[in-house]
Amino acid sequence: MNPWLEGLICVLLLVGSGFTLVGSIGLLRLPDFFTRLHGPTKATTLGVGSTVIASMLYFTTQHDGLSLHELLIPLFLFITAPVSAQILCKSAMQQRLKTTPKTRGKPWQL
Amino acid sequence: MSRLFPHPLLSGVLVILWLLLVNSLSLGSWIMGLFLGWGIPRLCTRMWFENARPRHGWTTVRLLLRVTKDALIANIQVAALVLGPTRRLKPAFIEVPVDIRDELGLTLLMSIISLTPGTVSAELSEDHSRILVHALSEENPEQLIHSIKTRYEQPLMEIFPC
Repeated sequence: MNPWLEGLICVLLLVGSGFTLVGSIGLLRLPDFFTRLHGPTKATTLGVGSTVIASMLYFTTQHDGLSLHELLIPLFLFITAPVSAQILCKSAMQQRLKTTPKTRGKPWQL
Repeated sequence: MSRLFPHPLLSGVLVILWLLLVNSLSLGSWIMGLFLGWGIPRLCTRMWFENARPRHGWTTVRLLLRVTKDALIANIQVAALVLGPTRRLKPAFIEVPVDIRDELGLTLLMSIISLTPGTVSAELSEDHSRILVHALSEENPEQLIHSIKTRYEQPLMEIFPC
């Protein structure tokens, strides 16, 4: 395998796992429920994206055949992630979860 | 043809999805894909949005590229916010008034808001006139509202006119 290609795939995988890690760290250290919600919906966009590109490159070059079915992973993820985020947010508002004191604006009373 | 495939766009998307899912272009996958593209819209006719016929192909492509670009840039900003000191965060609930009436367009707008990092769409008001957005760190709510309305809502209203 071409060393340049190999390097590119490695870099993509590292970037991907790095951003996924950042998303999880966000889940751990952000102050309240609503800010924590940003971790998993967010940093994963780039994380999943570059992992998927790395996988497409690897399997296309390894098994001489275009491999595109990885594209479905971000597609389904992008359809479902906003919906689950909204439902989590909605139930958090209904439970009247506390926000950090610095939050401006009020959640709606459901 | 139009009786066999009442929603040609949906059928086409389903065929492509199936071909990607099995990752092959053999005759068998084509037949199965066409069968699914014929059957699924038939079962879902009542659930399907009435006039979901995106009109401006070029605007759609441009909006897609813009969302991808914004997501990439903002991903890095959010990563920096998450790793930086948390007391510097300025979380906020912001109400964004929306003018778009089309249901599919509204769904897409809320999804785009959630996917572009830094904002999550939390709730839609009963009369579909306002979206409650939670921002991870926003100095300037006015500017956020303005950018959502011009960058995403405007093209969506062109694609899905009422």
